[in-house]
Amino acid sequence: MKHVVVIGGGIAGMQSALSLKKRGFDVTVVEKSNRLGGKLLNWHCLFPSFTPATEVTDTLKQRIADSGVEVRLNAEVVEFDRHHVVLADGERIECDAVVLCSGFTLFDARIKEEYGYGIYDNVYTSVDIEAMLNKGRVELKNGGRPRRIAFLHCVGSRDEKVCQRHCSKVCCVTGVKQAIEMKQLFPEADVFNFYMDIRMFGPGYEEMYREAQQKYNIHFVRGRISEAAPTIDGRLQLKAEDTLTGRPLKISVDMLVLLVGMRSNDDNARFAEHSGLQCAPSGFMAPADMFLSNVASGVGGIFYAGAVTAPKSVGEVLNDGAAVAEAVTGYLG
Amino acid sequence: MAAIDWGFSINRPRTIDIDNNNLRKSDEILREMPELQCCIGCGACTASCTAGNLTEFNFRKVHTLVRRGEYQGAYEEMNKCMLCGKCRLLCPRGINTRGVVMLIKRKLGDF
Amino acid sequence: MKRATWSEYQKDIADDKYYYARSCIRQNFFPGSEKAFLDILSKDLGKDIFDDPAHSSCTGIGYHSDIVPLETIMTVVARQFAMMTESGYENFVTSCITSFGIYTEILATWEEFPETEERTRENLYKTTGREFRKPKCLAHTSDIIFHFREDIARLAKRRLVNSGTEEPLKVVEHIGCHYAKLFPKSGIGGSEFPYVLAGMVDAWGGECVDYPERRHCCGFGFRNYLVQANRGYSVANSQKKLESMAPYHPDFIVANCPGCTMFLDKWQYTIAEMDGRTYGGNGHGIPVLTYEEMAGLVLGYDPWELGMQMHQVDVEPLLDKMGVDYDPAAKYLGRNGKFIGKPSAAVVNGCSQDFIYDIKL
Repeated sequence: MKHVVVIGGGIAGMQSALSLKKRGFDVTVVEKSNRLGGKLLNWHCLFPSFTPATEVTDTLKQRIADSGVEVRLNAEVVEFDRHHVVLADGERIECDAVVLCSGFTLFDARIKEEYGYGIYDNVYTSVDIEAMLNKGRVELKNGGRPRRIAFLHCVGSRDEKVCQRHCSKVCCVTGVKQAIEMKQLFPEADVFNFYMDIRMFGPGYEEMYREAQQKYNIHFVRGRISEAAPTIDGRLQLKAEDTLTGRPLKISVDMLVLLVGMRSNDDNARFAEHSGLQCAPSGFMAPADMFLSNVASGVGGIFYAGAVTAPKSVGEVLNDGAAVAEAVTGYLG
Repeated sequence: MAAIDWGFSINRPRTIDIDNNNLRKSDEILREMPELQCCIGCGACTASCTAGNLTEFNFRKVHTLVRRGEYQGAYEEMNKCMLCGKCRLLCPRGINTRGVVMLIKRKLGDF
Repeated sequence: MKRATWSEYQKDIADDKYYYARSCIRQNFFPGSEKAFLDILSKDLGKDIFDDPAHSSCTGIGYHSDIVPLETIMTVVARQFAMMTESGYENFVTSCITSFGIYTEILATWEEFPETEERTRENLYKTTGREFRKPKCLAHTSDIIFHFREDIARLAKRRLVNSGTEEPLKVVEHIGCHYAKLFPKSGIGGSEFPYVLAGMVDAWGGECVDYPERRHCCGFGFRNYLVQANRGYSVANSQKKLESMAPYHPDFIVANCPGCTMFLDKWQYTIAEMDGRTYGGNGHGIPVLTYEEMAGLVLGYDPWELGMQMHQVDVEPLLDKMGVDYDPAAKYLGRNGKFIGKPSAAVVNGCSQDFIYDIKL
């Protein structure tokens, strides 16, 4: 039986493994952390349906457990080619094909020093908000309820200054989703979204955006915040331009949420060099082409699924998992 | 007091100061017509505006300023609207633009 | 004030042997500061610093006012480096933030576009017959004081504390835009949380306040304030900062840029005369110090030796808080004991508007 190694145990890796197993391959998932599920484990619920993220992760984990896919946890890959995957402890796993599902890295919001993340109280990232929602406790540092909340889009996306020119795609929708969640938790609060463009690319997203405006009275200001500074009463003063009126705008808020982008993994370049793969200018892995071979790598026997090639939504990542099984079948016969 | 001719005066800030603007009227307007919050700033209204093509009147800008609590001059601006209704035909978000004109005039008549 | 990243923005600062370039305007507005810098370096710290009478203006003010072209200023800068090279120094220290920005930018331009350096070398040789080496270390004088802040703390005669209450003095530090906004890596602490002045304040017992408009420009802007009719929005920027810092009741402001120090001091006078508004305690302005004056006070220098009588906003309230022993009668006596004239009363120094312009000279 042909053996396929899937690198990464997030949702892309799990779905790829399941689809490959269904097609009769012997499959091993190698995951560097001590559990399956990847970054989605920290997520509270998914746009636009507010489906709990655990519905996706738990279901996939259960299917993996039932499927007979071999799972290797705490196994970090240092290099690979189509026939070998080498782990950090020196072990070499023989295989016939490799599917790279190593996903993305979250942008570190501290790099955008002007927003004071990690310095001022009550500056959070979208990831922090999901964690707080999971714990069931969203509150200010002093335990109080926020009266005014601002979301800032495109933190670490579409920004040359931090070498991230690409759009991270999912943050716009996440910002609208979290704004609604904040408004549900704190109906008395004013919620502002500061955006450069609102990109509602999927089914139901535009409808959710409209609902956020009309039903939840969430304010949208087209303008990028230039800096956050502390006020004397411990709040945050934000500066932006209200570009639709052409005037500078100043506002103080209790809570600032930075919608952090997805950037490429640092080890993509190393993998690419070792295995003859191509990286896009964004640092994400470049598929063989954008249409007919978008889960192939350009090197026979090495395939991609999920956000290792570009920022993607959960639904798109899961589709990649099915598509990659089709492509591997075509290669191994 | 001796007068000095400074040759200049200190500029007033033109920043929209959300903290110090009185948002009460803006809230009332949005409560009566929540759909106004749906504006995505496309400018179709202003592009077609009978008055806006010949005067400084900019419907999109005026109602956005009103929503930020900047009421100064909004009533006078809205008086330039000829109520022809073309903008309402065009609005991709289905906002009752003529209704917005009338509502702002009614709420901000004092400003 | 909270900060996290200042230690990530560091630069190499030479320990000794500096070639000193003065500022054009500081000698008029804060005439004791450059002298104090030279004294602190050579007398208190025992360093070798060369104050070269042969160096010139960097022509930065002309450059930023669209009068001096880029090629010209590059050649002038090259001449400064030639003077340094000829005097046998490698570490260039400039007293002015505009100059610091100019030098940093030109060195970066030469790095990125080597042909511009070649052309500049040719121009300099053709016009003056001189050649130059680029400095091994380029620093602003505030970098140097920052570098020796712990040594100064050890030699301190006074600290930045209220001598009555022992509370740390509240200090607003203002950094000139061209110190780190052009190249964040060229400044200690970067552009968002610069530490060059805050480090001195911390080392000498004071406490910096972080206020909403801390990072905002003072409004100097060269061509803008140089034209009288444009000054309105230039002043308005200083006013925006003053209004933002006033609720924190700062004991003084310290700045590292000639323009900012002058603006924040002098515009308080203008605003007080025009609008009757002051931002410090008891209807007075907030004293504005250069970092050399701050260091000088810490080292026990006499405030009038430091030239602090030349400030628009009186510094006596601060001196009293620090417990500095000074002779009020000597304030307007120059270095040789000669009366240098006394400014008229001003609203910013707590005088009623009815009494101003009572010229005593």
